[in-house]
Amino acid sequence: MLKVLHPGFYSTIQDSGRFGYRSFGVPISGVMDAHSSRYANTLLRNHENDAVLEMTMQGGKFQFLEPTQIVISGSDMQPRLNSIPINNNTIINIAKNDILEFGKLKSGIRVYLAIKGGFKTEIVLGSRSQYKCITKGFRLHKNDVIAYDSNNSIIKVSYSSVKYDDSILKSEKLEVFEGPEFKFLSEKQKKELMEIKFTITNKNNRMAYQLEPLFLNEMPSILTSPILPGTVQLTPSGQLIVLMRDCQTTGGYPRIFQLTEQSINILCQKTIKHNISFRLL
Amino acid sequence: MSYNLRYFQYNERSILIEWPSVIDENILNDILKFKHLIENKYIKQKVEVISSYASLLIIYTSTIDKFNDTVLSLKELYVTINATETIKSQLWEIPVCYDDEFATDLDDFSKQKSLSKSQIIELHSSAIYTVYFTGFLPGFLYLGGLDEQLFLDRKKTPSLDVKKGAVAIGGKQTGIYPQNSPGGWHVIGNTPVSLFSPKANSPCFIKSGDRVKFIPVDRSEYNNIKQAVEASDYKLRPKV
Repeated sequence: MLKVLHPGFYSTIQDSGRFGYRSFGVPISGVMDAHSSRYANTLLRNHENDAVLEMTMQGGKFQFLEPTQIVISGSDMQPRLNSIPINNNTIINIAKNDILEFGKLKSGIRVYLAIKGGFKTEIVLGSRSQYKCITKGFRLHKNDVIAYDSNNSIIKVSYSSVKYDDSILKSEKLEVFEGPEFKFLSEKQKKELMEIKFTITNKNNRMAYQLEPLFLNEMPSILTSPILPGTVQLTPSGQLIVLMRDCQTTGGYPRIFQLTEQSINILCQKTIKHNISFRLL
Repeated sequence: MSYNLRYFQYNERSILIEWPSVIDENILNDILKFKHLIENKYIKQKVEVISSYASLLIIYTSTIDKFNDTVLSLKELYVTINATETIKSQLWEIPVCYDDEFATDLDDFSKQKSLSKSQIIELHSSAIYTVYFTGFLPGFLYLGGLDEQLFLDRKKTPSLDVKKGAVAIGGKQTGIYPQNSPGGWHVIGNTPVSLFSPKANSPCFIKSGDRVKFIPVDRSEYNNIKQAVEASDYKLRPKV
């Protein structure tokens, strides 16, 4: 069991998401930065779908009640084990009652704690990803206990042959495909959208990221249609909205771009006042 | 009838198929038949198919290597649709209590439309609605077939807390809120029936293509049904 001594700012359990229920209106959810969580799970020789703990902006404080192994990846939040600094992206051996905590945010905004065998929280509709009205809780609270399996064979700690690619924490370029309604933009608008440096507003969370400045347009409204994480909507008032992992399954705003999987991972490591620009593939 | 469809690569793993952009029952039937064929074709290779008014989105579990080949095989599949076949459809009679206690916007609605409350209830509960698809919230049904006399633009300022089960009208649509949620539609009643249960194998028993009719019930019947629902002792059965 992992005991939550402090949950951090916004922490949830996530796996690869809730596949197969979007036709019922259920969001896919899942880890925001799949690049980092996949790396952490791979180092531990876990399945890609094994559940990890995702922490946003500020890490929590946890006590491990049984020995295990962990990997921390994604944002650098200066993790410490029993007050001693430890590194991201390497296997850490954990003894009974060890205490993990995080410090100041150095890069990125989302950090992942992966554990040998994955966290064993309840599975609802095929997934452990927490989401309001689907799972019992939708975020971690103080004194929560999260199950994990401590009987897994221990991996010898060695230097991994695959290095963590930390360019996702620095990149400001989002690669995009044309969205279904891209064709309704004028040539001038298409060019401008590639040149503008957009800034992330305070409206950024697991559902969507809103960007500024506004981009004036006369796009026709569309019939409610399917949307995906990474879809960039343009509202009549000129708001660009990049949908993220907890987004709804359908929407009625024109869809001008679609982020690549890797660009979703890049964007979700950013927060208010960070800049991005688009590059059309 | 066969439509001229647009096939569009949506991202690394998804293909969007678009029908003419109108709300139309013939299009709905065509979409649902194609959805069914696609789901059968990919029965071994897991795919997810999301439908809406005039499009289907196919999401594969891995990257699409050859987009053109995949589209070609989808096109071959589309022409096998049986035009005369009808989609299996069930009729669900959903109990709704239109009492003032639940119908928080009915007074206002009645004034704005110059219709009496009983006229509104009569118009709303006599229609048979078609379920186009589910979206917005888990279990939220997009229904077609609202009487034109009941069309009313959404509220200027959305309510922050629309109650679970709220039956509401927004624009040209009517719907049921499957959970507490903010919302901009005018609330005219409430159903004690749960439209979405995450614990169930099939979390939403009403499907695209089904029909829905609202049956007015009084407060005591509402309470009885509500109690049975809470005791897991209530199952809505479809009329054929």
